[in-house]
Parts: sequence; C-alpha cells; structure tokens
Amino acid sequence: MTAIRNILSRWLPAYALLYVVFLYLPVVFLPIFSVNTSPSPKFPLAELTLQWYRDLPNTPALIDATRNSLMVGIAAALLSTILGICAARAITRYRFPGRRAINGLIMAPLVLPEIILAVSMLLVMLQLGLELSLVTVVFGHVLVCIPYSLSVLTSGFEGFDRSLEEASADLGETAFGTFRRVTLPMVAPAIISSLLVCFTISLDEFIIAFFLTGTEPTLPIYIWGQLRFASKLPGVLALGTLLLVGSFLLLTVAELLRRRAARRTQNAGGAFA
Amino acid sequence: MPERSQNDRTMIEISHVTRSYGAFKALDDASLVIREGEFFSLLGPSGCGKTTLLRMIAGFDNPTSGTIAVDGQPMAGIPANRRPTNMVFQSYAIFPHLNVEQNVAYGLRRLRLGAAEEKRRVEEALAQVSLTGLGKRGAHELSGGQRQRVALARALVMRPKVLLLDEPLSALDKKLREQMQVELRRLQQAVGITFILVTHDQYEALAMSDRIAVMFGGRIAQVASPKEIYQRPVNRQVADFLGGMNFVKAEIVEENGSSLVVDTLGFGRVKTEKPKAFVRNGGGATLGIRPERLRVLWDDASSKFEVAGRVIERHYFGEITHLIVEIPGLEKPLSVTETNDFGADDIPVGAPIRLAYDPDALVALAD
Repeated sequence: MTAIRNILSRWLPAYALLYVVFLYLPVVFLPIFSVNTSPSPKFPLAELTLQWYRDLPNTPALIDATRNSLMVGIAAALLSTILGICAARAITRYRFPGRRAINGLIMAPLVLPEIILAVSMLLVMLQLGLELSLVTVVFGHVLVCIPYSLSVLTSGFEGFDRSLEEASADLGETAFGTFRRVTLPMVAPAIISSLLVCFTISLDEFIIAFFLTGTEPTLPIYIWGQLRFASKLPGVLALGTLLLVGSFLLLTVAELLRRRAARRTQNAGGAFA
Repeated sequence: MPERSQNDRTMIEISHVTRSYGAFKALDDASLVIREGEFFSLLGPSGCGKTTLLRMIAGFDNPTSGTIAVDGQPMAGIPANRRPTNMVFQSYAIFPHLNVEQNVAYGLRRLRLGAAEEKRRVEEALAQVSLTGLGKRGAHELSGGQRQRVALARALVMRPKVLLLDEPLSALDKKLREQMQVELRRLQQAVGITFILVTHDQYEALAMSDRIAVMFGGRIAQVASPKEIYQRPVNRQVADFLGGMNFVKAEIVEENGSSLVVDTLGFGRVKTEKPKAFVRNGGGATLGIRPERLRVLWDDASSKFEVAGRVIERHYFGEITHLIVEIPGLEKPLSVTETNDFGADDIPVGAPIRLAYDPDALVALAD
C-alpha cells in the first residue's frame, strides 16, 4: 500500500502537468501562429508580426459578422437571463410538485448532442414557417444558454433569506423599495454573471447558428467560411485569439460575480461567530 | 432586577384570534392584553402558535378571524411597513450588502430626517446596544452576538411602540445567552418600550419577563407573572413545561369555590387553592410539587410536614444533586433537588431518607 502511495505521490504532479498541457497546448498554438509572418502554421516560426491583427478591421465581411454576433449575443443573453430569473426564483423560493423534474428538464440541453438539437430546431422553425434569420439563431441560443443561466442564478438566489425582505418591510419600506434596496443589490451580481456567461456562449456557438441562420453569418460561421482559403488562415488565427481572450475575460468576471453573489446570500442567514 | 413602574394602559389587544391552515389551527381563539411598557413573553414548545401570533402582530400574517389592535388602533388591513412595531428576527436578517451603520439607518431613510439627525439617531442606537465604533464594519465581519445587537439597534432606532423579538437568543451559546438576557431586560427598562419575546426556553422567559403567556397547540394555557406561572401552574402541561414537577395522585375530599381539600397517600390530607381551569373529573385530582421544594432532613432534624422513603438514584450536577426517592404509597418516586452545601452528593443510594415540605408548595393541577 505505502509503496503504491509513494509512487502515486511522486508521479501525480507529473500526471497533472501532462494533463494540463494536453488540455491547453492547442489553445496556445492559436496565438503563437497568429503572430507568424508565414501564412502556413509550421515550426519554426518565420518572423513575428502583428500584420494579421492590423488587417482584421479592413475586412467588411468580418465587421458584419461581428455586428451580427454581438446582436445575437446580447439578445440571447437578455432573453435567457430573464427566463432564467423566473425559473431560478421559482425553484429556490417555492416547494412545488415536480420541482426537481422541471429543474432536470431545463438543464437537459446541456447534455443533448448539439447537432441533434440544431436539426430539430431547424425542423420546428421551418414547420412554424419562420424565415431563417438572426432571430431564429437567437431562439436557438436561448435554448442552449438557459441551463447555464439557470445554474448561475440558482447558486446566486439559493440561501436568500426571505426574512431579509420581511425585515425591510418591517422597517417601513414598500414592496418596490424592498426590491430596489434589498433584493436587487443582492442578486445583481448573479444576474450580471448570467448575462456574461450567456453572451459568451452565444458568441462562440457554431452548430446551432450554422443550421438556423439565413444569409447573415455570425463570427464562428464567418471563421468556418474563411478556413477554405489557406491564405486566410493567419487572419482567422488572429480573430480566434481575440475571441479566446475576450471569452476568457468575460467568463472570469462572470465567475467572480457569481461567487460574490453566492457569498452575499449565504452570509445572510448563517455564519455565526 | 429592579421593577420599573408600569402603567395599566393597554398597548396590544388580541381578541379571539384564530389562524387556520385548512383544517389545522395554528392559533385557536387566542385573547390577550399586553400593557404599555411591559416585557411580555410568549412561551411554548415549537408549533404552539407563538411565532404565528408574533408574525400577525408584525403584519406578516393575518388572522383567519379575530382582531389585533396596537395602541388602540385596529391592525386589520394595515401592512407590515405601516405598523408601529419592529421586529428582531430569529436569523437577525442583517442586510449582508450593507455595513452596520447602513443597516441601522435602513428604516430611517424613509423618514427623511436629514443627514445630521439620522447620524445622531444611529449613533444613539449603536450606543444603546454597546456597538459604538463598529458602524463601518461589514455585515459578514460580525460575530453572532454582534449581529444580534445590530438587529436590535436597527429595530430600536425606529422608536417603535412595540418591539417584537422572535427567539433572538436561540442562536447564541449558553454564556452569551445568559449575558444577553440580562442586557435585554436592562435595555427594555431603559427605553420603556413594550417588548414581546417569543421563546421556547422557560428559563429565558422566567428571567426576563414581567408576564408570560404559556401556549400549547395554538391555545393560550396561562397568562401570569413568572413567579405565579412557576409556583401556581394551572395544569399539568404548564407545570411540566416549566422545570421539573412531581405529580401526586389525590382523592378529593371537599371542593368549594376557591379551594380543594384532598387526600394523598404520601402527603396525607392537603388543602390547596383551586386553579381556575380546574374541572372535576370524578373523585380524583393531581397535586404537584417542585423538586426543590422538597428538602432533605438531616440526622434527627424534624419537620411538621415530612415524608419518609429511600434513595434509589443519585445524579450529581455540580452545585446541586438530584435524588430520586421512593416513598411507600406513591406510585411514582419523587424527584428531589438539593444543594450540595450539606453533602447531599454523599447520600448513598439505598439509604433511608426523610423529606420536609411546605404544604403551600403542593398545588392542585387541572389535567
């Protein structure tokens, strides 16, 4: 036993390191090749350059795709967060029959194969006679965003001590005043966090957008289109790097806010001495 | 504890209040008058309706039938935010996103007193609960005792006509709890506001209150001063809930308006006051005597009133010893609490023992 444990304790750090390298090495290649003068991604690197980044704003198709993605992302984030707030409030505040089942059903798109989801949504949209456009993409993204929104919001709302709202009323505040001075400040971090997470997911999502969009591409679809031309690859790498950094920053902020929200609400009731 | 003079003005009048949830009655036809400046406790086990009653006074719940009036004003239809009452919640409900000062000033904001006056009132309230200088502390940096004080200051700063306290000490450890009992009582005497305390801790209620209402199953069983509740409980339930009580079976010999004469096997013939709730049920009755009202008779000391028996159990509790004494003729052994000054902790199990009692300590109990 102790021998095995010794070996394990010696090799565990090495294993962990390998694991992390495996996870992130591809991600690291992206920024590396995006500053390479040679258009083909090969080692050794030729020369360092920021040319590909400089070219980005001069590509009108890219600007359009970015605008489309931002619009879709903002709309999807707002919609799924609003729906998420309703669901999270119901699930954390009330005890009703089927509560767990409903929670499970809302979370299900998280584990469904996205391509199946995309195809079935396409069928539904066509059956409903909807023209494929950015609007249908928003609907699709709301579906995949809600599980994330719900889990972020539930952890923010959970443990929200109801007596806080009662205490506010007891101290003379009206229902609206209570919402503004107690409820909102306490859940705001969770709501912002949910908005950021949903926005990021929508921004990076490809399959559903690919199936549901009409003639207007979102950023991932634009990137997919560019990959057919070898000469466009460095530009795509540069764009990909920017997306990566942006997503990473947004998700970090979102997680920090979520933790803050959770800490706030959990402090309300317990935490004695 | 010095007695503060109280007037007899009614502050709260609860008449025939019932609160039903379907077929279940959380509160069943409760009537109660609480006087101005009184420290009043609602005491009972969990589920007895005491919190329901408190929440209805605060306006968080409404009676199914009956009326509640505060300072002569009927409360029906008046929401919690417009009632002249403030509450200290069991969880304290300190706003976690605000610091101590902001918590205390929360309710003052709507009164628009102006910054200087608001600050003065907050300082005054913090001083009342000994939190001066902690105004800038964040809510999560406070200990349990400090949270409780903030909750108290936040309610007192509103200068309510009635302060409602929902089990405010139950989350504190024993030592702090005892300290806060004394402090709360002192504070109440200083500010002169009517306090209504909900508690399941009989010692807390006895130590702090001017009067206590003991509740069981949604009904008010007895309303009286702590001393009367303890010494003259109206029925077995009240007697049992407030400390230990020996129950002795008795036969009624004579019954008239205010007194009973009964025969017991252990204590002989006893004349006692008849409790108001007493309903004769055949010829039997129950007498009660507190364990500390039975005193050990040492050596050849004797008493006009004594019973003799044998020690069958002994439990040591530091300053006192608990003896279980079998008395011939009594179906259940008596429980006796004796201080340890004379060596009660050395009485051997199995030894014969004689116990002195004051016949006034024997009370008749309704079932």
